[in-house]
Amino acid sequence: MAVTVEHLLRELAPQVLGAVARRHGDFAAAEDAVQEALIAAATQWPAAGIPANPRGWLYHVALRRMTDQVRSEMARRRREDAVATEVWADWAFVPPPDAELGVDRDDTLVLLFMCCHPALTDPSAIALTLRAVGGLTTAEIASAFLVPEATMAQRISRAKASIKASGVPFSMPEPGERAERLGAVLHVLYLIFNEGYASTSGAVLQRTDLSNEAIRLARAVHALLPNDADVAGLLALMLLTDARRASRTGPDGELIPLDEQDRTLWNRAQIAEGVALVSAALTGGSASAYSLQAAIAAVHDEAERAEDTDWPQILALYGVLKEMQENPMVALNHAIAAAMVHGPSAGLALLTPLDADPRMRGHYRLDAVRAHLLERAGDHDAAIAHYRAAAEGTTSIPERNYLIAKAARLAAGQRTTGPAALDR
Amino acid sequence: MKFMMMMHTPRGNGEYQVSAWSPDDLKAHIAFMHRFNAELATAGERVDAQGLAPPGQAKLVRAGKDGAPVTDGPFAEAKEFLAGYWIVDVDSPERAYELAAKASTAPGPGGAPLNMAIEVRQVMSAPPTDE
Repeated sequence: MAVTVEHLLRELAPQVLGAVARRHGDFAAAEDAVQEALIAAATQWPAAGIPANPRGWLYHVALRRMTDQVRSEMARRRREDAVATEVWADWAFVPPPDAELGVDRDDTLVLLFMCCHPALTDPSAIALTLRAVGGLTTAEIASAFLVPEATMAQRISRAKASIKASGVPFSMPEPGERAERLGAVLHVLYLIFNEGYASTSGAVLQRTDLSNEAIRLARAVHALLPNDADVAGLLALMLLTDARRASRTGPDGELIPLDEQDRTLWNRAQIAEGVALVSAALTGGSASAYSLQAAIAAVHDEAERAEDTDWPQILALYGVLKEMQENPMVALNHAIAAAMVHGPSAGLALLTPLDADPRMRGHYRLDAVRAHLLERAGDHDAAIAHYRAAAEGTTSIPERNYLIAKAARLAAGQRTTGPAALDR
Repeated sequence: MKFMMMMHTPRGNGEYQVSAWSPDDLKAHIAFMHRFNAELATAGERVDAQGLAPPGQAKLVRAGKDGAPVTDGPFAEAKEFLAGYWIVDVDSPERAYELAAKASTAPGPGGAPLNMAIEVRQVMSAPPTDE
């Protein structure tokens, strides 16, 4: 029962918030009102049962809260203002719980566009998205990001204030602006997914919640924009990456690289779904960066054993991706793939230009990849030095432990394996 | 009552002493810390536990005459450095000492306890505030 209510509330929250905010035009106030309605539902429904029209119930309660707010504002203004009186007349009528809301399917998307507003920093956009669209409580978001609840509450308040101050109305962006804003939305969903996926230190379960939430939201966007190749590509990338989750860490949270993972633990259904999505996205039109990354993940996922991996295809895909975006991390992965196809010295040669890139100079991942390629080339002393340098540069505990262990194994004269210097 | 338990680690080969250990010793050490943290959480005594990036990245900052930050460092020469800390919420100082002693026994090379130094200091409490 509790699970059902929670899931239901998460589904309904953005729809109700969208409808209330559209009607009132004040996102911050609407968000507060809907939060109160959600709390009321979470406390009442498990005992009293889910109402026949749960969305109407939430809408009704949220609207009543809004009316209370408006009423107190009116009292303050002594209802002198004719316009205010008009607004009051509008708000005095609260529809019955079972009234048709005319909730627009696009409301979830509008909310996402609002939450991923260009005026917000990435962390603020992430927090606001999780709260407004994801329906997570402030406490849940705070615990997922390992910060105190008060800190997160402040961050969300500041984000809402920024949106209000920006003066951008609560509506779909203009068609010209829409593609750009969708890009921001996908980027935020990608960041949420990464936060849940990339680190297993700290509170493991909450972070799994984050990657699940990112997938759920990406599914929602895909349902709204089924023909968008970027959206399909991102959802595919998430599914194909998340499919390996169970095999990525050992019993003590240690990182297990791709080529050492127990592939029987991979989620076959998720892989099949991701492959179908990315195939459709790639045949449907021009390749997007997300689709290409998803295609690379699909090649890894489809190999039954690590040694069956189709590295020439991965190399070709990274080649296209490298042309498409000037990103040193892509160049780094391209070098790994080149080493797998043409040997370690080919990979090392591709790393040399990255030393001159200020975004990569001194980055631990460059050290990690170089260490791995040096190891494969047989230069163990240099490899150990770079593994240690990488261990001292990372701020992720599982990654640090993994890199120290690589150096230790090499120093102890044991061969280490692994095409991916880090499974990212 | 809350206590901060600070783990001071001797420097070794590279910044982390552990980087000179055998893979098995390293694995046992990590497993110990993993279990210890899980036990603290299960007992409801864990408030926070964080590992710190190595001192080679640390900077000392103070404001100059114009109020702008002046940085110094990194300071990697120290014999020992703060590797990480726990904040625990326990019933008595004795319990904090007991937990610190347990953390101190984390296994090192050959599985022998490291008996490393854990500094235990009480976290001062703030007066109650009205929300």
